[in-house]
This record gives sequence, C-alpha cells and structure tokens, in this order.
Amino acid sequence: MAVMTYREALNLALREELTRDPNVFVIGEEVGLYEGAYKVTQGLLKEFGPKRIVDTPIAESGFTGVGIGAAMVGLRPVVEMMTFNFALLALDQIVNSAAKLHYMSGGQYNVPLVIRGPGGPAHQLAAQHSQSMEVYFYHVPGLKVVRPSTPMDAKGLLKAAIRDDNPVIFIESETLYNVKGEVPEDPDFVIPLGQAVVRREGTDVTVVAYMGMMYRAMEAAEELAKDGISVEIVDPRSLQPLDTATIIGSVRKTHRAVVVEAGAGFAGMGSEIATEITEEAFDDLDAPVLRVTGAQAPMPYARNLERAKTPTKEKIADAIRRVCYANGSR
Amino acid sequence: MPVTKVVMPKLSEQMESGKIIKWLKKEGDRVQSGDILAEVETDKADVEMEAFGSGVAAGNKAPVGSLIGVIAEENDDIGAVVAQAGSGAPAAAASEAKAPSGAKPGMADRPAAVPPQPKSEDPAARKPSPSTGSESPGSRRVQDAVAAASVPQPSGDGGRVKASPLARKIAAQSGVDLKLIQGSGPGGRIVRRDVEAASTAPAAAAVAAAPALRPVAQPAAAGAEYEDLPLSPMRSAIARRMPLSKAPVPHFYVTSEVAMDRAWELREELNGLEGQPKISVNDFIIRACALTLLQHPGVNASFQGESIRVFHRVHMGIAVALEEGLITPVLRDVHAKSLAQIAVEARDLAERARQRKLRTQELSGATFSISNLGMFDVRDFSAIINPPEGAILAVGSVRRVPVVSDEGLGVGRRMALTISCDHRVMDGAMGARFLQDVKKLLEEPLRLLV
Repeated sequence: MAVMTYREALNLALREELTRDPNVFVIGEEVGLYEGAYKVTQGLLKEFGPKRIVDTPIAESGFTGVGIGAAMVGLRPVVEMMTFNFALLALDQIVNSAAKLHYMSGGQYNVPLVIRGPGGPAHQLAAQHSQSMEVYFYHVPGLKVVRPSTPMDAKGLLKAAIRDDNPVIFIESETLYNVKGEVPEDPDFVIPLGQAVVRREGTDVTVVAYMGMMYRAMEAAEELAKDGISVEIVDPRSLQPLDTATIIGSVRKTHRAVVVEAGAGFAGMGSEIATEITEEAFDDLDAPVLRVTGAQAPMPYARNLERAKTPTKEKIADAIRRVCYANGSR
Repeated sequence: MPVTKVVMPKLSEQMESGKIIKWLKKEGDRVQSGDILAEVETDKADVEMEAFGSGVAAGNKAPVGSLIGVIAEENDDIGAVVAQAGSGAPAAAASEAKAPSGAKPGMADRPAAVPPQPKSEDPAARKPSPSTGSESPGSRRVQDAVAAASVPQPSGDGGRVKASPLARKIAAQSGVDLKLIQGSGPGGRIVRRDVEAASTAPAAAAVAAAPALRPVAQPAAAGAEYEDLPLSPMRSAIARRMPLSKAPVPHFYVTSEVAMDRAWELREELNGLEGQPKISVNDFIIRACALTLLQHPGVNASFQGESIRVFHRVHMGIAVALEEGLITPVLRDVHAKSLAQIAVEARDLAERARQRKLRTQELSGATFSISNLGMFDVRDFSAIINPPEGAILAVGSVRRVPVVSDEGLGVGRRMALTISCDHRVMDGAMGARFLQDVKKLLEEPLRLLV
C-alpha cells in the first residue's frame, strides 16, 4: 500500500494498463503535451509516446467517434473528457454508437471503450460546469457507469473499466483529485464493476451516497453518533450495474434509508435506489425512504446560492433524523 | 341521508369487547350529535357512549367494532347495511349471537360483525349533517338495533391502521394486534419500536379474544362444595395482565423505612387550616415521588425492547382498590402540581374510579405508579409492576413504633416503602438512591411545600 492522491491513483492505473496491454491508448484534449487539464495524464506522453497518448482538436464528437471505431477493431481506448459537461457534444456517439453497436451488430462488435474525466459540482463553476452528468448515461442500456469516491477505488475501478469489453462511463471529480488515501501498488489489483462497499457500519439507518456526498454523509454520521444515531454508509461505486444486493442487505439490517445525490432529484439515482429498496425490502422498512438531492435548478455561481442548491452535511443530518423519527416531529 | 352504523366503540387500549349496560335511547328516538346513547361496561370502567346510535341489546356483550345499532332517517332503508353486516359474519356467529329479549323480529336477531369504525371517522357522530327535510339539522332517527354478536370482526378494512411495513411484519410474527397500539411515528404511524414495546407490554399482548362470559354460577345450596363466580371484565383484565408482568419483567425489590413524625405533624397542621383541601399521607408520598423522579429520570423510565425510554414528565398511576378489583387512574404532570392540587385531583380520580366514571384517557399513560395499602394496617408489601412502567412503589401503614434515638427510647411514626423495579431498566443501587431521596423529602416535609 502507498498513500497517494486520487489523481496519482488514476495516473498509476493508466500507466499500469498502458504497460500491460499494448492495445490501450489515451486520447483527448491536452492529454499529451499539456499532461491533462487536471494532470491525470502527467508523464504518460514521455513514457508511452504520441501513438499511445494522442492530443486532439476541441471536437468531442469527433475524438469520441475515433475511440469507438478503434474499439470496434480491437483497441482499448481511454477517451478523456476535459470535463464531463463536454460529453454532451458527443452524446450521439456515446448513446447511439458506443452503447448500441454490440447489440445492433448481433454481437459481431464489442466497444471496449472508457470515457473518463471529472464531473459533478465543484467550487463555483456555475451552471454549465457543475452538472451531475451520470444521469444522462446510466439510463442508456449498453453503458456502464462508474463513480469512484476514493483513491483506491479510482485505481481499482479504472483498471476494471479498461479491461471491460463494454463502453464504460467513468466520472471523476475535481473536488476529489487531491484527496489522499491508501492505494495498493499491485498491478493486478482490480475492483470489479458492480460492487458497492460499506464505508461505515451502523445499525439505525442506511445512507447511500457516493463521491463528495459520501464524504458529507460521513461527517453527518459522525455528528449524529453523538446523538446516539448509528449510521451505516453504503457507497455504490458503480451506478450501472448497481449493486442492489449490498444496499438491500444494509436496509434489511437498519430498516431505514436515506439516499443522497448531488444532482437534481427528479428521476435521479436517489429515485432509482429508493424504488429498488421499496420493491425489494418493503417489509423491512420502518419508514419511507428519504432522498436528499440538489435543488431542481441550474447551479448558481454565488457561493451562498451554490450552497443552497447542494446537499450539505446539515441537510443530510436532518434527513437522517427525520427518517429515524428523531427530529421531535412526533 | 346515509345510514350510520353504530359499532361497539374502542374505549381503551386494551378493550376487546364491551357490555351494554343500558341503552339511553329507544328505537325511534331522535338522536342529536353528541347525545349519550348508552352505557358500556369495559374491563376498566363504565363509559357513556356518545352519539353513536341506539338499540335494544341491553345486557349483551359485543366485540369492539361489531355492529350494535343503526342511525338513519325515517325513510332510509337500513336493510342493506344490516344484511351486509350479517353476511360478513362467520357461520359461528349465528350460534354465538345472543338475541336480546324484546328485540324487533327480523332485525335484532340478525347476527352481525362489521369492521371497527373509529369514532373520528364517523361523520354523523362528529358533526350535524345538513337536513333535507323538516327535521332539525343533525338530527337522525334511531331505528332498530342489531343484536350483538360475540365473534371477532374481520380485520384489515374499515378503519385502516397506519403502520410501517416492518411494524406490520413484526406484529404479524409476534401476534400483536396493531389496532391496540398507539403509533409514535409521524401522523401516529405505528413503527417498529411501538410494536416491540407492545409485545413486551401485556396491554397489547392480550390479543386473543377475551374469554366469553358464561354465567355458570352454582347455587350455594347446602352440600355444594364450591361455586364458580363469573369473572367481571375487570377481574378478567387483571387476571390476564398480571402474569404478563410478573413473568417477563424481572422484578427486584428495595425496602426502606421512613420517619413520618414531621410529615404527620405538618399534615395535621395543614388540615387544620380553613378552606384548604384535606391532604392525605398518600398525597405527601405522591408529591415526594414526583419531585424525586425528576431527579432520578432513570426510575421514570420504560423498557422498550432495544432501548430505554426516559420520560421527562411524571404521570403518576394511583392504584385504587374497588370492591371487585383494582384500577389505576393516572394523575398527569404531577411533578408540576402543588400538594393541594394533588390532594384535590387524586381524591377526584379515586372517587370517580369507585363510581366507575373515569374517562378512558385517565386510565393510561402512567410513567410510575404508587400502591398504598396503609389503610389496612399493613407493615409492608411488594407490588407488581404495571408494564410498560419501570417501577411501582408499595406503601405500608404509618405505624407507631418504639424508636431508639440519642435521647433514649421513644415512640415514633414509621412507614415502610418498597419499590419494585424492572431490572432491565435499572439496578438495585438506582432504586435505593431513589428511595433514599423520597425518604429525605418525607422526613423534611417542608421541602414538599416549596
């Protein structure tokens, strides 16, 4: 184990996979000479050369299409979106080509493609650059969607994504790039897609949260522990496929659930998980599943409004109290 | 005008069936919303039944929720309601139903079982309905009643119980009847903790139908070796509840002796004041316990399965002996009441308990209880905890006994207090410390006045 940042863990995963498999290559805006807008591809051009680390024009639809074509003929491209907001420009390539070609070709073509980059709200990036983009992708049959919260997961899940024969949407976060944590240096360390993890054990309520929301939920859990409320936190890690078994198992133990998501709540991941819980564990519920989500509004630039739009530690703690009937509203 | 079904009301948490002692309205009488229709004997008290309906089923016992009468306008057809209720009854109903004497043929002899209808969902009982004819608003004509049927009503429809899915599952597994539970969740939703509390408390655990009353009294003729007296509803409730306390609740007992000389003198002095309510020794003890419970919240507590509920207010159950049994009316928020207030209210509760005129809400919700057998020249005794309370104090007589002091041998007034504690809630030392502080207050009784 080594302690490294989330950014370094991603870099290590890329380097290991580029070394392991000559079919792996990285393509995107400023991934080579500039070493990545967020320095995730630092040192890779020097180590693997311009055939493996490919700089492109500002043309998301184009270079995503290049990636899809290369994947169809046997390479394993890792396409970097400078931020995932720009993936909207490549949405037709991703949704209509990457996700569907395996099906439409009757299994003649695989698209072993990874599209990665940061997404979700950061700090004062305003309406166009603070979007929780996962919702656009996990709805599409044929795509896998990953949201790694820790350095260890960043490495283990990125390696799994690169080795997967399906297109994988791998969304990182600006706010987590400098988070440090233990990361196995073993080049064979891989975290399979579709496995949730219990980040904190508890007995009174299950909170499902990922990325920055997971860290806020942990803070809320610390605070609530002082009031005698024992919070279990489940991080799904992969949103598609979703490890409902781990979530349901936790709810069967605690009998209550709160689902947190940074994006707007309407038809979001919170709704999906709440529905899964209600369908699978109805008789184990002692309270309705609650959601804590971003407001149904574009992200404001002003700091105070940004805070008002986003789920905070306080909002999460409040929902947990309510679901435990511990907010005095009896 | 819709026909209003009149069902046996649920008048207490434990009530499973009620006996109609007397109908106060006859068939054909006009009923105003709020009128008293009948007197019903429950396991705890005789209760006047408000604005439900009328009938002629006097003397009959009916399960909670069963149809006992109908309120309708003169020209309404009540046949459908009666038939519907009748057709829903299991076959057993027919043989067990008792047709009241004097009932109208074709009406009163129809057995009936209908789902329970909570009072609040009975619009006719709540507010006057607009009149369409010459009748005054809200007035309804009483028609024939349907005989009581002693069959359990089908559950599940009618007054829907709000409960979480988990609470329902646990209730089904542990045989707890959700209708008998008060929910503590939002909007009164029954949640897991409520079911778990109920399944450890006898109040709701007694879900099986109460044994039917069978008047099998034998004449005490010469030569008869014994006679079997039927259980009164109260006796049967006590018989059902007490083993459910003593068996699952691990009792322990702590006894202490209190010097009552100063309290006795103070009481005589207070009772000598003109215009002041008469204060009993028990009132002193109630006041002392209430104040001490605030200092010892761990004793004012209840075992809830996975947690201990500590109450911030003191509701005192005061055991009152009756001819046919025992009843424990509750003096609420007693910690905030003066000695005089306690004296007045406790006396009122006890008197109404003897007349069996207590309201149902005065019979539940105690956080601690006191049982006093002082009037029977009892030195000391131990009482059985009334779950879900965590403790009960048993009070003996104030006796004049020889006392050794620094001055030598004298005569003093002494009283024994024995607290029975639920060991799941507290330990011996906690009970002892509580008792010590009660004793201190009683021995320095001026503290009870400030």
